Amino acid sequence: MIRLEKRPQPSQLWTVLTPVLAVLLTMLVGGIMFAFLGTDPLEAIRTIFWDPLFNPQFAGFTRPQLLVKAGPLILIAIGLSIGFRAGIWNIGAEGQYIMGAICGAGAGLAFYPADSVLIFPLMILCGALGGFAWAMIPALLKVRFGTNEILVSLMLVYVAENLLASVASNLLRNPEGMGFPGSRNFKQWPAAHNAELISGTGMHWGVAFAFIAVILAYVLMSRHIQGFNIRLTGEAPRAARFAGVNPARIVILCLGISGALAGMAGLFEVTGPAGQISIDFNSGYGFTAIIVAFLGRLHPVGILLAGLLMALTYIGGELAQLMLGVPGAAIQLFQGMLLFFLLATDVFTNFRLSLGRKEPA
Amino acid sequence: MDLGSINPILLVASIMVSATPILLAAIGEMVVEKSGVLNLGVEGMMITGAVVGFAVAVNTGSPVLGFAAAALASAVLSLSFGVLTQVFLSNQVATGLGLTLVGLGLSALIGKPYEGMKSPTLPKLDIPLLGDLPVLGRMLFSHDIMVYLSLALVAAVWAFLKFTRAGLILRAVGESHDAAHALGYKVVRIRLMAIFFGGACAGLGGAYLSLVRVPQWTEGMTAGAGWIALAIVVFASWRAGRVLIGAYLFGGVTVLQLNLQAAGARVPVELLSTSPYLITILVLVLISARGIHGAPACLGRPFHASS
Amino acid sequence: MADPLLRLRGLTKAYPGVIANDDVSFDIGTGEIHALLGENGAGKSTLVKMIYGLVAPDRGEMRMNGAPFAPPRPSAARSAGVAMVFQHFSLFDALDVAENVALGMEDPPKPRDLARQIREVSENYGLPLDPSRLVGTLSAGERQRVEIIRCLLQDPRLLIMDEPTSVLTPQEVEILFETLRKLKSEGTSILYISHKLEEIRSLCDTATILRLGKKVDTCTPAEKSARELAEMMVGASFATPEARAHDPGAVILSVSNLSLPAPGAFGTPLRDITFELRAGEVLGLGGVAGNGQDELLAALSGERLAPAGTIRLDGQDISRANPVARRDAGLLSAPEERLGHAAAPNMSLIENGVLTAARREGLVSNGLISWPKARAFAEKVIAQFDVRTPGPGTAARALSGGNLQKFVIGREILQRPRVLVVNQPTWGVDAAAAAAIRQALLDLAAEGAAILCISQDLDELMQISDRFGALNEGRLSTIHPVAGLSIEKIGLMMGGAHDMEVAHVAE
Repeated sequence: MIRLEKRPQPSQLWTVLTPVLAVLLTMLVGGIMFAFLGTDPLEAIRTIFWDPLFNPQFAGFTRPQLLVKAGPLILIAIGLSIGFRAGIWNIGAEGQYIMGAICGAGAGLAFYPADSVLIFPLMILCGALGGFAWAMIPALLKVRFGTNEILVSLMLVYVAENLLASVASNLLRNPEGMGFPGSRNFKQWPAAHNAELISGTGMHWGVAFAFIAVILAYVLMSRHIQGFNIRLTGEAPRAARFAGVNPARIVILCLGISGALAGMAGLFEVTGPAGQISIDFNSGYGFTAIIVAFLGRLHPVGILLAGLLMALTYIGGELAQLMLGVPGAAIQLFQGMLLFFLLATDVFTNFRLSLGRKEPA
Repeated sequence: MDLGSINPILLVASIMVSATPILLAAIGEMVVEKSGVLNLGVEGMMITGAVVGFAVAVNTGSPVLGFAAAALASAVLSLSFGVLTQVFLSNQVATGLGLTLVGLGLSALIGKPYEGMKSPTLPKLDIPLLGDLPVLGRMLFSHDIMVYLSLALVAAVWAFLKFTRAGLILRAVGESHDAAHALGYKVVRIRLMAIFFGGACAGLGGAYLSLVRVPQWTEGMTAGAGWIALAIVVFASWRAGRVLIGAYLFGGVTVLQLNLQAAGARVPVELLSTSPYLITILVLVLISARGIHGAPACLGRPFHASS
Repeated sequence: MADPLLRLRGLTKAYPGVIANDDVSFDIGTGEIHALLGENGAGKSTLVKMIYGLVAPDRGEMRMNGAPFAPPRPSAARSAGVAMVFQHFSLFDALDVAENVALGMEDPPKPRDLARQIREVSENYGLPLDPSRLVGTLSAGERQRVEIIRCLLQDPRLLIMDEPTSVLTPQEVEILFETLRKLKSEGTSILYISHKLEEIRSLCDTATILRLGKKVDTCTPAEKSARELAEMMVGASFATPEARAHDPGAVILSVSNLSLPAPGAFGTPLRDITFELRAGEVLGLGGVAGNGQDELLAALSGERLAPAGTIRLDGQDISRANPVARRDAGLLSAPEERLGHAAAPNMSLIENGVLTAARREGLVSNGLISWPKARAFAEKVIAQFDVRTPGPGTAARALSGGNLQKFVIGREILQRPRVLVVNQPTWGVDAAAAAAIRQALLDLAAEGAAILCISQDLDELMQISDRFGALNEGRLSTIHPVAGLSIEKIGLMMGGAHDMEVAHVAE
């Protein structure tokens, strides 16, 4: 009989090994799923994980996409991971992402068609503020009334989606758009365009900010006393209060950071890859980032790698859809499975298997 | 705006229909939480139930088989959550989120061929005498069987928790798994059974959406109903009777805003469509401001026999 | 002689890295009160778990009345007539007394009959209890009655009691002993687990002593002196704290009319607490668990803020200061619960050092933690307080209770506090470590610090305190010098102004 035995302390080896194992398991089970869908599993796996980077035919186009997709995922996941470390579950990043985009784009459009170098920084700031403000709703409700932040932040996603539909067809609608919903296209307004920084790489300001966020988060979580307080709050809330950590401040800090980062990601997306505020410019990054955060073990460097991997499944998924006719939803399932397998294999970090006699439990 | 176009009889009748899916999911989740487990995957289980129920009903022509398949599929899916959290001791919040993401992906994959199709739906019951009552007959006694089954389920759960020994053991496990274990109760097995039941209920709720309430399949059609069911459990302070009240209140809000939209109320459509979510937040705030009472003491805490 | 009620032969149970029971054999006779004596970690609880069917032995056998006895689960043990009163973890706060009793029975009667039976048994054995009360609202002594009545309703042949008196006042202990003697006279056997020697000498017919998983001896406790029993239990003599004489210094900490509402549904409010603490003295606060100990520590450490003007340190009002500011001012504390309160279980000892010493030890500058300094501090605590651990990078939860307690107390003492507040400083700690911790507290006082020691161990308080007070339902008794206090007097102080028994019956 196999039993689980608690390790005296978490295994460092398994902390690194579990994501790798989870990816392999997902490939295996995903392959079986593709076989059921009538696709050659090996070909599907190759199309998703190999072709976007190395196929001479597409790689030129798909490789830059890697950074384009990974940028927002990393930026949002870094923010989420800080909160998750403290046991604060912001799962409404999608809503903060939308609100950041609306506020940042709206602030910019108010100055249309001015041409100033200050416009884009202003838009970034307003994007961050928009996401921050949206995240402050669950934060303040939690601090003031003890309301569950999971449910509130998630409900606010639906509210934000409805607001997006409203502004896209009313407030921010392109006056020259012949009545179609959707804002002006930022790609045609250089002062507000989040253009590629190095041509052909997919590198835009959002990606640069994502890298900076990774570094800052690393310093915060491993060196700074606030990062220590955040981890302490997540590990042992009572010990944190005993140490003198103010739980309300941690809630505000964590939700504030994750909201601001998600808001920025939204702004970078509408002014760059998406190009305009439209009813469905958001593509679920806010939810996928939850998977990225866990897959990266809530560690900034891990999140960087996990973000790139998840971006690869997006691009590879599109490619598989195009080349092999694999349904787009299969990729969504694929990503969900990845999280599931990660959580399952995670048990080895804190427990070891032992073969022994069964205990009458 | 023409409020006169809103027929109060139809309004009450449609509230019952609109509340049923959430009621089913919420009463199931309440049992899960009573056993000390927080399953945030209700949304994922509901939508899986919605698509499986729809697909089976279309293929067999039998909505009853659709409901049965939906309950089974969601319950099996919920067991993956159960195994992960109870056997592999994964974090319940993260695993619940994962379950929702898996459910959304799985349902989109299964449902692709069924988009735009029509399915057979449940017939309205023809209850003799009661159904012929003026006003009340059409309001309360001319629904399909699931509406009444969901009400019966609430009563059954209430009686189970209050009067049976098994119900007492379930509550005890949720209050203190260590004490229950010390007395020799099988904590993990009891929780897995509760999770299975919760999954089946969420599946029925989802199938009711796709087979009766809408009735067709569209991707992401639960639109947060599972999350609202979770909020209703909090609102209800983990009591079956209040779950019923919460679900019907929420059904009322949904139907009312739809009616107002149809009647051309001078309120932006977006505000009306967000009202169910805003009201859910408001209710959560009111409940938590009053102080959350009745939460099982072990809710969301992992249990390992050795510790 | 006929077969004894329960015969244990060669019981052995190993866990990874530790042999909990090694070839243990003894008999429990019918109508005998049999003590199981040993330090924490001696293997008492594993042995009991085997008898109660929670754990299966690796080797060895048990016989009940001559027939093989190997309960695969607790319900089997219960139906064979074994009942157990747990020290922890077997009551449900949010359920009422009758429900709690029903959960511990194999085949409970209907609720109404059960309530009647509970009343009958409680009257028969002098254990007043209302079946409809929520268990969370009961005192520690009443909670124990729930457990005992649960057992008695099943007419047990063997009643196992795990450290039953640790939660009782001296008066309540007497009542319990009366009940046990009555049971014995009716032919029930009792396995009585304790490490309190005087109790065992006055109550038990036979005693089996365990040390490090092995049986040391089975003897008649009345024929042995407490010292002999202690030596068998501990195996070696250990240093007792040095007596000392000193002149009390100036008042450092003064608490006046401190009242705070209960922190939660099952907490205790603090009511009008007033005392002064002088440099160089140890003030001991006794009392049964759940009478405001945790709440008082939280109010003093700053985890919960107190009304303005109620807590002064060197004349300065610190009632509204947070824990960080109070530490800066020299008021340090060590809560009872080591894992999760005084220390974060999954964090390393280095990180757990930063937890309270970040500022006083200069481990942080400009908001950045210096990990080398933090490591040096943790190493210093480990070295000076003899903390047994592979290294400072070890997670707190990997340490044994005693070692972690030494680390927690050492962490505070090395920060040179002006006032140190400790709650249960030696709870669950082996005798040698407990002696070391008590000595460290006395040394700290000798250097001029003021120490408030909250404890449920009266022996400990008598040993190290200069003055003694007791907490009862959130109130503090008058404080008396320890010299000249009788055990009766202490019992009355712990029981509060009114007689507890009368009060409960009247409810």
